[in-house]
This record gives sequence, structure tokens and C-alpha cells, in this order.
Amino acid sequence: MSAATQFHTDADRTTADEPRRAFIRKALHGYEIKRDESKAAFSDWQQARDAAAAIKYEGVNRLDAYLREFEEKFTARGGKVFWASTSAQAREYIQTLAREREVKSIIKSKAMTSEEIHLNEALEQDGYEVVESDLGEFIQQLKHEPPYHFVFPCMHLKRDEISALFEKELGSAPTDSPEELTMIARRFLRRQYLKADLGISGANFIVAETGMISITENEGNARLTTAMPRIHIALVGIEKVIPKLADLALLLPMLAIGGTGQHLTCYNSMYGGPRQEGEVDGPEEFHVVLLDNHRTRLLADAQQRDALHCIRCGACLNVCPIFKNIGGHAYGTTYQGPIGSVITPHFRGLQDWKHLSAASSLCGACTEACPVKIDIHHHLLHNRRNAVAEKKVWWERIIWFGFVQLMSRPWAYRLSTRFAPLGQWLHPFLQNSGLDPLHAWTSTREFPQAATTSFGDLWRARKVGSK
Amino acid sequence: MRVTLFVPCFIDSLYPGVAMAMVKVIERLGHEVDYPEGQTCCGQPPFNSGYWDEARAVAERQLAVFRDAEVVVSGSGSCGAMFKVFYPELFAKTAQESAAQALSAKTYEFSEFLVSKLGVRDVGATFEGKVTFHDGCHGLRELGTKAAPRELLRHVKGLELIEMGEAEACCGFGGMFAVKFPQISTAMAEVKCNSIVETGVEYVVSNDSSCLMQIQGYLSRHSPRVVKSLHLAEVLART
Amino acid sequence: MSGDREAILGRIAEALREEAPRHHEHVGNGRHASAAPAFQQWLPPVGASHAARLELFSQLCEVLRTEFKHCANANAAAKHIAALAKEGNWRRIALHAGELNDAVAAHLPPTLDLMRIESGYDRDALESCDAGLTECESLVAQTGSVCVTSRSSGGRTLSVLPPHHIVLARENQLVADLTAAYAELAQKYGSSYPSFLGFISGPSRTGDIERILVLGAHGPRRLTILLVP
Repeated sequence: MSAATQFHTDADRTTADEPRRAFIRKALHGYEIKRDESKAAFSDWQQARDAAAAIKYEGVNRLDAYLREFEEKFTARGGKVFWASTSAQAREYIQTLAREREVKSIIKSKAMTSEEIHLNEALEQDGYEVVESDLGEFIQQLKHEPPYHFVFPCMHLKRDEISALFEKELGSAPTDSPEELTMIARRFLRRQYLKADLGISGANFIVAETGMISITENEGNARLTTAMPRIHIALVGIEKVIPKLADLALLLPMLAIGGTGQHLTCYNSMYGGPRQEGEVDGPEEFHVVLLDNHRTRLLADAQQRDALHCIRCGACLNVCPIFKNIGGHAYGTTYQGPIGSVITPHFRGLQDWKHLSAASSLCGACTEACPVKIDIHHHLLHNRRNAVAEKKVWWERIIWFGFVQLMSRPWAYRLSTRFAPLGQWLHPFLQNSGLDPLHAWTSTREFPQAATTSFGDLWRARKVGSK
Repeated sequence: MRVTLFVPCFIDSLYPGVAMAMVKVIERLGHEVDYPEGQTCCGQPPFNSGYWDEARAVAERQLAVFRDAEVVVSGSGSCGAMFKVFYPELFAKTAQESAAQALSAKTYEFSEFLVSKLGVRDVGATFEGKVTFHDGCHGLRELGTKAAPRELLRHVKGLELIEMGEAEACCGFGGMFAVKFPQISTAMAEVKCNSIVETGVEYVVSNDSSCLMQIQGYLSRHSPRVVKSLHLAEVLART
Repeated sequence: MSGDREAILGRIAEALREEAPRHHEHVGNGRHASAAPAFQQWLPPVGASHAARLELFSQLCEVLRTEFKHCANANAAAKHIAALAKEGNWRRIALHAGELNDAVAAHLPPTLDLMRIESGYDRDALESCDAGLTECESLVAQTGSVCVTSRSSGGRTLSVLPPHHIVLARENQLVADLTAAYAELAQKYGSSYPSFLGFISGPSRTGDIERILVLGAHGPRRLTILLVP
């Protein structure tokens, strides 16, 4: 089944599930209230967005220089940088490292890049035990299901579903308390931190100036993942680089507000190298894998380059009426929601993924919410345009050819408006027959009654009358 | 002032009363209304579908029709946004670039025209009833129109404006989206219409007839009670 | 082995030949040097006086569920810790060497076992401690955060593994905002930063299950900040 057909099937199924949609709406409504409170504390939120966009613009538009700077600084502190053009290269580097260092147990903190390159599957095939430590990711891993939302991985699950899952997979007693469920996971994962010898993380930012990566989280699982195992690997997209350490003073609050609505996330941690001399703990080795995986393809599209400003806060998903109604899994992508619809065609092929750009009412709520001012909904239009420029669909071409013929001839257009009432009179005979041209509309909604006289004709009559 | 009306194709054939109401309001305020008969469609359907060459072919027609207009007023925020925001992009680096910029500069959405250009808040309308206002997304986010229609409604005698929850949420119309993805589009309409019905109003008013086609289409089929949709101009025209 | 370095850098240079449009209209032409200092003014205001900032910090602690307490001196701080220990039946707390830590530790009751970690530690032993006692780099008024580093706060683990994190801070460690905290770090460490810098804003938390707040997801369930003059 093509990705587009799958999307239609899944979206039709999920939109029919009203209780789940209501559950998601309620959760995201709570987010909105909190986000608005945090935004209101700003002296000027719009100016702050501009400043954040300017920082990301600078990072992305001088990407080569900043990546070199990062590499130099990070390497000088004993870190190792690996540049991966493809998912395969990234996976292979990590797999080889794990083998050579005789790794036994792997703990991971949330990294969408690892979902992107299907790292867990590869490591599991090599025989490693790989455990996700972010609570939401842990739940999704137990459920053998990809994240539903790249910030809230299991936001679609209700507590009883999680309780049943834990009961089945971990043998815990059933409970309807989110606190008790969290503690079950806490107890289980504590043992994993203590025994893991490789910790794998992502990163929210790469800091060129000081050769650091920055990780934002609420739970403390990333802190433990990067503190306890003897090896730390961070798998990071190349676009994450920012020029200065102090830029984080703006970007960390923006990320928090966009993501969860908090004024600042609980743990914001910056790591510059493995354990240094005089430090009591920390990994012996720290590797940063810089992942391209078609990001340079998006970079080459100057018009849509700002999509690489994305800090993966998820704000655009949280406000998107499409996301709220179809849910995260229907997208079939690593990155869901509006930003995912913009970037996935660049990563995985425009013709195969253009349907996500079409599946939007272009309402622009995403663009309005984006803390780094990515022109998200206009890029959906650009994807549509680019897909057509690359390959036209024959029947669409016929429709739009006819449309142009009609609309560039005012007399023909005027004539067509006079036939509209006739068409509407005929419509009941065709309804539900498969020949009904309005079926896609009338299957769920009423179509308005066409006026017997168009405005153009009314106007002409009025003008004649007044002479 | 000589005001040139842009009556988008679907208003022309489905909602002529909306355009008539605009004429009435503008004339009542003492301005002259002009309607160039050569106008057809702004070209948004092919534009939104990615067929920009075809959109340009149709749009060129409108550039010619409105070339000499002093101000152009649109009864649809969406079609207004097409003129104001998307024509400059559509015609960028073409011979008509400056013509597109010129049309963009003189185009107004109806409520914005009354409030910002004419400086009018009270158009002398009377309308008995409870009303909620739906922000069309293109008007709201492409054109930044939020306060103007509410200003106008607040000055209508007898009218009670009740804001709905999530007034800024999309109704799910989105042009071709509504028929390409009818299930998603309808789910969005459901959410929107529920918040309209919850306000207890008798009328839902918008500055965009395309949204109202979706909202009324859903309400007529599914609403537990009658809520009637009206274009802002139709409310302002009543005396 | 650095992988596909040249190929990636080559593609980047090629891609960047065309300039991208800017959507951030308010900030001049975006050269970073000018954008950086500007943003402070758009962030939440922190008040001009030390007292106002202290008040803001205290308010944010409440929002974040951080326990924040003024102590008259090291002795008073030790008394507070002793009370927490008694209430929670603590047997052992872990700590690192430091001027403030040592001053407070000297007044702790002898019944409380102190595990010093500066010359290495057993992970299981640290995991079984009831609390971790650390110093910090600074407290951030604007966000209610504690800035810790691997040098100031006993490495990476002490402040996150035990179930209760106690921070000792001096009143003059309060800074206005994150920018000020970063500036201080830069001044103190120059180009030789500790390998870990972190801003801690409240005890560990999660909202992953039905977006209901649960404290102590993986890190400490409680965070206590004791401020001494």
C-alpha cells in the first residue's frame, strides 16, 4: 500500500474515533492554558520569536563554519565527532563502537534521530538489550509502537491501557494512579541505569562556541543516561547548531514554552566532552554523531531552509487541528504534524509524501505558534507546487485546464453560473449513485442551494434598472 | 470614494445576497460602488493545489480587471488574502510583479476596509439576536484581521456578541481540502460547530462565506438545534 | 575516523550558495553579534533590586514545587537538614567537599551517615542514599533555576540520583537571568568549562501519563534550596 493510501485509511479510522479525539483535545487544551501563562510573562513574545529565529538563521545559514567550530572545540576536550551522511553510516558507527567496546547493556534517552534511523532495531538485531528511559518512550517501546507525538510519545494512551501494558510486560499490579505507574517505571529503569555501559542520547542544540551539546528534559532520565554509563553517544542532526552558549538563554525558554508550556523545562543540561580531569564521574568516552540523512537536501532549498530552524518543540503539533483529529500515528512519519509534513518529503521523497502537504486546510495555526518563526503552512503550499512542477497528475491537469478555460473567459464563466441552478436541480437524481460529483461534500455535509440569479446578473439588472 | 467590489466566484453564484449586502452597506456610508463584470475567480483553487501556472493564467485576468480600481474590497478573507498575500508571490520575478504588488496594496477585506480605511465603527445597523463570530483563518492569520469585525458587531443595535471557545480554530474548509479529505475536514467542522452550538447563539457570523458554507453545511446536517450562518455584511446591512 | 566529513561539508557549502529569505523582520539583518544581547529585554522582567529578584525566585520555587528556605547560618541549614532527615528516617546522605558543604556538614547530627564522593564512589551505595547535598554555581531569579556544574556540584550524578536533592547557596549567588548565569560561567571558567553544566528547575517530573504531573520521574522527588547569607 502506498503511503498516501495508508494515510487515507488511517486518517479515516482515527477521525471516526471521537472519544480518543476528545481525549487528545482535552490534553492539548491544558497545554494551551499553561503556554499562554508562560508567554504572558514575556515583555514581548513576538520580538523574542524574532530573536530566536535570528539565532537559528545564523546557525543554519553558516552551518559549515559552525559545525567546524563545534568539532574543533569538542575534539579538543576529548570528544569524538563522527559525520554520517546516511542512516546506514550512523547505525554502523554506533554498532561497531558497541561491539569494539564490548558493550553489554544500552540505555537511551529520547532521541528522535534514533527513531529516524531505526537504531533500536539494528542494535537489538546485534543482540543488545536497548532500553528507552523517557517514560513515554519506555511505554511506547513496551507497546512496540512508534511515538505518537515527538514530544509527548504516549499522549494518546489512557492510564488503564498503560496499567494493562505494565501488568503484561513488567508483571506489576494493576493501578489507576499515574503516580504509581510512574513509580513502576522508575523502579524498573533505575536498575537499567546502574547496569548500562552505553548511554545514547539525542540533543536539542549543538553549541559551536564551546563545543557542547544541550539536552532538555523534565524527568532526569537524560541526565542519568549521560552520567552513569562509561560511554555516551549523542546522535544529532547537523541543523541543531547554534553559535553561542549564551544563545541558550533565549532558546531554552522558547523550547519549553513551545513544547510543554512550562516557562523552563526541569533539566537543561550542557555537555562538553567526557569526564574531565578532576571530575568525579561522567563517561570515559563521548561521541557525537552528526547526522545529515538528507538535511542538506532541505538546506539546498533556500525558500524552505528555515524548516531547519526547527527546535522540535512540538508547538505546531499542539495547535494543529489536523493533528488533533487524525492523531500522530496516521502520519506514518518519524516527525508528525505540520513540521513533519513539511520536512518528510525532503527526507523521504516528494512524490511519496506530498499527500501530507495536501492534507491541510492551510489555517496557519502552526506558523503562528512556531517559536522560531518557520513559515510552516506556506511551505505546505510550496511542497504542493514543487510536487506538481516535478510531476503533474493527468486528471488534475485536465481539471485545471478546464478551470482555466472557464475562468479566463468572463462570458463562459457567466454562462456557467446560469447553469448552476439546473445542476443543483439534477443533483438529487445522482446523489449516492457514484456519479455524484459532490459526493465528497454531501456525504457528511449539506451543500448550499445555488442562487437562481448570480450577483453578476443581479448587478447588471440593477444597473439597467437605474438608467 | 469609489469602491471596487471583488466578488469571488462562489459568492457570486451561491451567496449573491452577501455581495448585495456589501453594496448596501458601502452605499449607505456614502460611497460609490463599482463591480467590474470581467472578474471571475482569484485562482486560489489551482494555486492551493500546486498548479501555479494555471493559477497565474486566471490571476492575470483579475490583475487586468482591477488595474484601474482605487480600492478593491473582498467579501472573503480567503480570496482577499489571495490578492493581498499570494499574488505577489505568484507573480514574483515575472512581468506582472509590480501589477500584483499594486493590487495587493489596494485590496482590503470587507471589515478591515470599513474600520481601518474608512474609520467607521457604527454603520447604522440594527440586528436583534445572539451572535457568535468565527474568524476565517486566512483573514485572521494572513491578513491579521481580528478586531475589525468585532468592533463592527459591537456597534450593531440589538446584537449580542458571544465569543465561542476556540474562536480561532479552523472550521476545516480549506478549499479542495474539504473534498480531498472529507473525513478530516468534517471532524474539524464537528469540533468547530460544537463550540458554536455551546454558546447558545442563534447566528454564527463570519467575514468569510467559504467557512460559512462548511459550518452551515455541517450544522444543517448534524446540529441538534437551528443555528443560522450569516456573512458579516448581511448583519451590517440590516437596519 | 571522522566519517563522511568532507562530503557533508561540501554539500553544505554548495547548498548555502543561494541566500535564504528572512522571516524575522524585527531583528535587523540577523548578524548574530547584534542579535545576542538584544533578546534579554523581551524575556520576562526580573526587577531591578536584589530584594525583588529574591522575591521572584521564591515565587517561582513555589510554582516549581522547590522547597526554598532562608537560613541564618550554616548551623541553621544543618538543623533544617537534620529535621528533614528525622522526618524521612534518613540513614545516609551523600555530599561533595566544598566550603559551604563542609561548614554545614560539621553541624549535622552524628547519627546521620555522610557519604563523601569526591575521591570516587560506589554507584549502588550512592543510589541507596536518602539525599544528595550539593553546592551550586548560581540561582537564577528569572526562571527559579539552580545552576550546577560537574565542578561546583560534585560531578554529574550526585544531584540527580538520590531521591532528595539539597542545594546550599549563598545569597550573593542569586543572578538575574540565564544570560547572567552564562556570563558568570564564562568569566569563571574561560575556555575550560566543566564537562557538565545544568540548570535545574524544580524536582524531576513527568506528565507523560494523561499529562498529569508526577514528581520524581527518574531524578529527585524533592528539591530543597537552603540559602545562607
